Amino acid sequence: MNYEVVIGLEVHAELATRSKMFCGCPAVFGGQPNTQVCPVCLGLPGVLPVPNRRAVEFAIRAALALNCAVASVTRFDRKNYFYPDLPKAYQISQYQHPLAKGGYVGIATPAGPKRVTIQRLHLEEDTGKLLHLPGGDSLVDLNRAGVPLMEIVSEPELSSPQEARDYLMQLKAVLEYTGVSDVRMEEGSLRCDVNVSLRPAGSAELGNLVEVKNLNSFRAVQRALEHEVERQRALLEANRRVVRETRHWDEASGTTFATRSKEEAHDYRYFPEPDLLPLEISPEWVEQIRSQLPELPGKRRRRLVDEDGLPEHDAAVLTASKRMADLYDACRAGYPDPKTVSNWLMGELARLLNATGRDLSQVPLTAEHLIGMWRLMDQGVLSGKLAKAVFEEMFRTGKDAATVVREQGASQISDEAQLAAVVERVVAANPKVVADFRGGKEQALGFLVGQVMRETRGRANPELANRLLRDQLRPG
Amino acid sequence: MELTRLTARELGGQLIRGEVSAQEAVQAYLDRIAVVEARVQAFLQRDPEGASSQAVAVDERRAAGEDMGPLAGVPMALKDNLCTRHLPTTCASRILEGFRPPYDATVTARLRAAGTVLLGKTNLDEFAMGSSSENSGFFPTRNPWDLERVPGGSSAGSAAAVAAREVAFALGSDTGGSVRQPAAFCGVVGMKPTYGRVSRYGLVAFASSLDQVGTLTRDVADCALVLAAICGVDPLDATSAREAVPDFPALLEGGVRGLTLGVPREYLGQGVEPGVRENVRRAIAALEDLGARAEECSLPHTEYALSTYYLIAPAEASSNLARYDGIRYGRPAAHDDLLSLYGNTRREGFGPEVRRRIMLGTYALSAGYYDAYYLKALRVRTLIRQDFLRAFERYDLLVTPTSPTVAFPLGERTRDPLQMYLADVCTVPVSLAGLPAVSLPAGLSGGLPVGLQIIGRPFDEATVLRAAYALEQGAFWTRTPPPEEVGA
Ligand SMILES: [Zn+2]
Repeated sequence: MNYEVVIGLEVHAELATRSKMFCGCPAVFGGQPNTQVCPVCLGLPGVLPVPNRRAVEFAIRAALALNCAVASVTRFDRKNYFYPDLPKAYQISQYQHPLAKGGYVGIATPAGPKRVTIQRLHLEEDTGKLLHLPGGDSLVDLNRAGVPLMEIVSEPELSSPQEARDYLMQLKAVLEYTGVSDVRMEEGSLRCDVNVSLRPAGSAELGNLVEVKNLNSFRAVQRALEHEVERQRALLEANRRVVRETRHWDEASGTTFATRSKEEAHDYRYFPEPDLLPLEISPEWVEQIRSQLPELPGKRRRRLVDEDGLPEHDAAVLTASKRMADLYDACRAGYPDPKTVSNWLMGELARLLNATGRDLSQVPLTAEHLIGMWRLMDQGVLSGKLAKAVFEEMFRTGKDAATVVREQGASQISDEAQLAAVVERVVAANPKVVADFRGGKEQALGFLVGQVMRETRGRANPELANRLLRDQLRPG
Repeated sequence: MELTRLTARELGGQLIRGEVSAQEAVQAYLDRIAVVEARVQAFLQRDPEGASSQAVAVDERRAAGEDMGPLAGVPMALKDNLCTRHLPTTCASRILEGFRPPYDATVTARLRAAGTVLLGKTNLDEFAMGSSSENSGFFPTRNPWDLERVPGGSSAGSAAAVAAREVAFALGSDTGGSVRQPAAFCGVVGMKPTYGRVSRYGLVAFASSLDQVGTLTRDVADCALVLAAICGVDPLDATSAREAVPDFPALLEGGVRGLTLGVPREYLGQGVEPGVRENVRRAIAALEDLGARAEECSLPHTEYALSTYYLIAPAEASSNLARYDGIRYGRPAAHDDLLSLYGNTRREGFGPEVRRRIMLGTYALSAGYYDAYYLKALRVRTLIRQDFLRAFERYDLLVTPTSPTVAFPLGERTRDPLQMYLADVCTVPVSLAGLPAVSLPAGLSGGLPVGLQIIGRPFDEATVLRAAYALEQGAFWTRTPPPEEVGA
């Protein structure tokens, strides 16, 4: 039988505010355990929450960027459950009246563009973290407790693991462009739970839903979904039932396993948070935030295609991260050829970032570095091959191209007299090849140019070497 | 005259004029406490050293010429659910034994800033849940008028300490009547301001949408003075109101001429002791003699108030009290795993009434019951508030008994929670509506104080106080001084 895959994503993004959601403690990542805490986020007796206006503003900004309708009145609720990382034994969240509803994210699918509906977007506070010690004891770190968190829930409209990944990438790009979150999955500032079910193709009813947690990277989201789809398909094909449950992704084994179903029985006893008044969001405030929205990834992608003539794919890759897109724009502001810019960013730069496992924000490279390098190439000072070495040095040290060239002696040999001596040596050392060339075998010249390059460790200006060789070998 | 006989205002005046020092005032109260406290048992903790050094500081600042305001040097006490930096704050619960908050409640900080001297923390029903102090996790407080009777609750220690002249004034908290009812039982003045008028920051939460800090004082003028010191918006409490705070002490005079009083008939019906009814009627007649017009009226949803309250307050409490797990503070019980840590700590730490209300509230919020109980209670609450607001279109104030009975004997109602809950039947609706109300003495019945409740429009404490002051000054029979020697 043919099965249809139905996937929905629940994404949590920590907001990049300076302070926490309901107190003045710093919301930054890191810090010695339990140093970024106060009576409020420790949940001591008698304390009260005071909402962080900036966090609300960030959530509105994200909601608008995701095409959601922002509520005119939104309310906080308490989600009650006992766990040591939750100091009040309830999380202040939003249940009945979320901050925003009904947005969408556009993704590209083989069948054409698709809009994935966002069901709701709401604000809540993060929990602390537990550190489990060998031997069974656990330690509690409450630095993260109370950090503003935004939950974004998609409708179950994604029909493949690839679509889920693309949706997540797009969502991440929007959150990054709007500057509301650091969106770092490895630091936990972006978290994703998925739910997935299979149903016979054409059926309107949803199959039993399985939730998968512990997905710490985009790759994990896709792999876990691929695994889960296959697991469920195998069950269904063997005429067995898919159990409605929560499963845990195990990165090492590449499989999911069921977690104890205790969690399933949770009744969170949501009720309106009596310590906070309903929050009124004026249309003026919303419009003010809307007017300050930056250019979003979708629009930027169009600009790269329509104005710079880049292929769709290149434009999508370059705009998937705001830093990369900003670098592209900065390069283009000082360099006229879009293709050169996109080739270098998507080629060498992406390769080095990947190889070093770093983020653009963590390397000293700027647009000025790249523009300087391309100009040296255009002037014939730097060959394409040497440029790669220069680029790597700039990427590593932050020195500009001219400095690297000077220090490495990497500039091209364009001096005719200097190069002529090398050419003479090569001609003398390869009588057979020279004879071939003279006998009309054009390809032989390529070999000789290669030898000149080798002798100069790649520094010879290839065009000059070519001309000098032809001059040397010209009959008579 | 003995210093402890002075009202806070009178004592404050003598302190300003330099007729007495703060150290002398504190010493007089410590002496009085030494005589009566063993019988009254109003305090959970006393801090004589801290009080003495605060008094020294006040005297030094005054000597240096600083203008310190009308309450500087006046000894007072705080209910033990108001956080005091570095001093124990237990809520009269075993589960918070040994807990010392690292911060002051906003009201604590404001009273410190006013130069008042904290003598100690007073007893209450555990987590403010009760009407007699018999739910205290430590011991019951006695009524200074009759040591075999309850002082009311939950602000039992604060009311008893003021009545027994152990402090010049005290703060309590009122969720369903916890300031007004003990004020009535102990023959003192107890004010619950409008919800939002006083910051709740540092008041250990029982039911957040109802809790409000209130005052317990010897007379109405003291009430105005203390209120002025603690009211006003607080950036640490998002539910505190931005409403301007009038100069309450300056607005006491003016009388009741021209005021229209509503007398809701539902509050004088069944269950009200004849002695209470008589005294309340007499007080209303006295207000009429002073120039007010009184008229019977109706608040039709009154009969649903108690059940509404006993859904909403426990629901909120079940969530507010969930944090007491013995992990970060308080005393963890012996356990083998996380679940037994929660279970054992909370079973051992909480008393039976607190456990009962946590279970009631948990039930009311549970999936499948939420709509039928909690949500419906919220709707009825709206109706009850509308009753009041409609009445206030016609009346400036509403007048009722504070409690249907005078103080009852210790032990009389401990076996029957429902009987205990009835002690708050006149105060609970006002709390649900979030309105300001004062309880002031209205004579004696069988030798025990009767309380008159005057209820005002939202944020109109000033008119409530003006009427209370007029009655207190104009009808001397209402004010009987507390017994000379407590229990002697
Ligand atoms: Zn904090």
